Order: sequence, then C-alpha cells, then structure tokens
Amino acid sequence: MTTAAPVLTLQQVYKSYGSHAVLRGVDLTVLQGEALFIIGPSGGGKSTLLRCINFLERPEAGSITFLNQKLCQHYRSHFEIAPEKQLRQARARMPMVFQQFNLFSHQTTLENVMEALLTVKKLHKDQAVILARHALDRVQMLQKQNNYPHQLSGGQKQRVAIARALAMEPPVILFDEPTSALDPELVSGVQSIIRDLSAQGLTLLTVTHDQAFVQSTAHKVCFYADGHIVESGPPEQIYNTPRTERVRQFVHSVSARHH
Amino acid sequence: MSVFWSEVHEYLPFLLSGAEVTLQLSFISMAGGMILGFLTATGRLSGSRLIRWPLEAYVEIWRDTPLIVQLLLIYFSLPELGIILPAFWAGALGLTLNLSAYLSEVYRAAIQAVDEGQKSAAISLGMSPLQIYRRLIIPQAFVASLPTQGGYFIALLKDCSLVSFISVNELLRHATIVISNTFDSMNTYLMVALIYFIMSFTSARCVSWLERKLTPSRHTKGGVANVMPEAVEGITP
Repeated sequence: MTTAAPVLTLQQVYKSYGSHAVLRGVDLTVLQGEALFIIGPSGGGKSTLLRCINFLERPEAGSITFLNQKLCQHYRSHFEIAPEKQLRQARARMPMVFQQFNLFSHQTTLENVMEALLTVKKLHKDQAVILARHALDRVQMLQKQNNYPHQLSGGQKQRVAIARALAMEPPVILFDEPTSALDPELVSGVQSIIRDLSAQGLTLLTVTHDQAFVQSTAHKVCFYADGHIVESGPPEQIYNTPRTERVRQFVHSVSARHH
Repeated sequence: MSVFWSEVHEYLPFLLSGAEVTLQLSFISMAGGMILGFLTATGRLSGSRLIRWPLEAYVEIWRDTPLIVQLLLIYFSLPELGIILPAFWAGALGLTLNLSAYLSEVYRAAIQAVDEGQKSAAISLGMSPLQIYRRLIIPQAFVASLPTQGGYFIALLKDCSLVSFISVNELLRHATIVISNTFDSMNTYLMVALIYFIMSFTSARCVSWLERKLTPSRHTKGGVANVMPEAVEGITP
C-alpha cells in the first residue's frame, strides 16, 4: 500500500469560549483521498473543530497545516494566524457544506454555484457557467439550475450546496452534519452522492451523527469527546473492536438506540 | 357653480404644475436620502468609534427635531452664515438630510438581519468581506427593506407639502394661491388631496410591483401601506 500524502494536519489545536475550553489539544491528519469521519457525543465541539480548520472560528493555540502551508502555528512562543488573504485562499480550497445548507437565498441554483467561481477564482462568466453546470450535473441538480433555493427540498438544497463546493475543484471538502437537517427519506440520496464523490477520489472530512453513514463510507473514523480525539481507526475497529472504554460505551449506546 | 370649477381649465394645470415640483423634490430627496442613508449605515456598522459616534449623533439630531424647523433653519438661517440656497434646493437638502437619518436606520437593521449562515457560507468559499458585502449583504438587505423604503417614499411625498412654508412652488403652495383667487378652499383642498392620493397610491403600487419583481418567491399581498417613520423607531439602540 502506498502512503498517501497528508492534505491537512492539526497539532494540539486549542479553542475556548471564555473559561470553557472546547478544543483541548486536537491532533488530526487527513490523507489524500481519504474519507475521514468525526463522530462523538453531541455538544462536544465537533462542529467547532471543523469551523476552526477553515478559520470561521479562530483557534487559540496549536498548528494547522494545509497543503504544506502553515495556517496557524507557534513561532518563537507567539501564536500566529496566517494573514487573511492566505486564509481566504485556503478556504477556497476546502469549502464547507453546512447542516442548514446556507444557500444564497437571492440567487438561483446556478448563480449560487457560480458565485465563488466569479468572485474568488475570478473566472470569466462563460467559463463559470460551464463549470457550475458540470458541478450541478454531478449531483443531479442540473434540471433545477434556474430555481431559487426556496423552491427546492432540503435534499435538493444540500445537493446544490455540495455542487457549490465541488465547483471550486477543491482538494478537500468539509461536511458539517450534512444530513442532520434532512427529512429521513431524503438522507440516503445525499449520502450516496457523498459516497460517490469519495469513490471518485475526493478527500472529505465529515462530522456526523449518522453511524450507518459512517460505516458505509468512512475510511477512517475519529472519535472525538471532551475536547480531543479519543480514538481513531478504520470503522471496523471503532464499531467492532474499540480499544477504549469511552468508545465502547458510545458505540453501545448508539447501537442500543437503533435497535 | 364655484369659481374653482368654472375656471378649472386654468386652475387644474396650475395645481398639476405644483404637483410636478412635488414629484421632482420627492425623487431628488429620495435618491439623496438613499445614498446618504446607505453611507451612514455602512459607516455606523463598519467604522471605528471615531466614525460611528458622529454618525450616531447625526442620525439622532435629524430624527429628534421637527422637519419644519430643519427646513426653516436651512432656508432662513443658513444665509446668515453666508450659505444662500434657492428655495427648491433648500427644501431638497432638508428633506434629503432628514430622510437619510431615517433610511440609515432601515438599512442598518436590514443589513444586520442578513442570515449569518449565508455569510458563513460565503466566508467558507473564500470570499472577502467586501465581496460578501457587495454580492450578498447589500442585495438581500435592499430587497428586504423595499417595503419600508416604499413607505418612507410615500411619507416623503406628503412631507413635501411642508416646503411650501419656505416658498417652494409645489402643490400646496399653488393651492394656497388658487384659494386666494377663488376663495373656494373646499374644492381646492379636495382636489389637492385627490392629487396627493393619486401620487401616493401609484407610488405604493410601483413599489409593490418592484418588490414582487425582485423577490420572485414571496407574493406580498397588499403592498406598501403608509408605513410611517415611527415604524422603525423600535430599532434605535
């Protein structure tokens, strides 16, 4: 087996809100082509972790390396975050898909997908249209290109949001509970699209509560609780032969809930 | 039959020429008020304390003094400082400054009401704050505030009657002249009221139409009523 290059590396990332420490030293490595899933109890800061990776929230200590660039690090005992311009370039290469979709409500589906191609990638309009249509086609939403978000179902909105991220041709996409806000019958459609993208080689970092989704899609699972990664490994290990008591309890409780 | 109706072919065009001045004043003041109001709102939301504080004072001063006093000051008292404006432009300036204070609060509320999730999405795609402001926040805030802006336009149209006090030859002042010739205040004022009604009603319909055109989804019923300035008082900090 060839060793894939790391796309994203976190070392001892720390973040607190006031006196409440949310991230207490998170270490994480995402390899090229990997589908990495973060699971764990609710309210523990999994979403905060994702939002610190693209600096929607500012981490307070630790280092984040993305495609061999330091986005934040300790330098001579100072904690430094890269300049805003560099952060923006990095964000464009790791777009995020949100639980609440967050489509631009004043724009059509096609305009939503084109927006960052025009403003961030500064593509010519004709070229942006071609790339946006291609991305919409990959998530089977081309037929809705002229619809507005309010005319779409939750599942369709999320597929457009995925297309909006895909169109940037990013090395990695961050998914923050992508199916948590969907009606049950729409969940599997969105999940199978994400699974297909992974099969096509896209690197993804996903936070989710859907254990079946994790087991069907993940290459690697990180169990996150109490501010750090407790255990990580292939899904078989996490779900069948966990090495820590914390994970064993969690797996037991979630499987008890499903049966 | 009253003198007004027997000479209506003479007096109606005279009143309508006054209405034309009213419309000119309204459009100029609205455009000025929108631009100045937008700049004020932007400054208050983005600037340092050094920018914010004077703007807050500006908004409060214009909102907390009567429009008629503002107009009288601009027309009769500014000349003492060497600033002499023709009546029409003194009126336009007063209305613009007054309206900008109110509109800046409308815009500020609309800008702050733009969905945080959509802002996060824009940030996470790598867009810059300026791009997000220009491409996401302004378009959404403008459309969201359209009904309120429409209400202010109608209020403005009617507030224009106040500039008759500083001798601008608009609709109400022309009416006063007609009455001094005909001594028929009843018919003249009724005609004036009808002309104001037609102008306001037409404006309201136009704003509703614009609103529907810009928001393909929401079919707002009823359109803009006479939303008076007080409607947004609640958002003052």
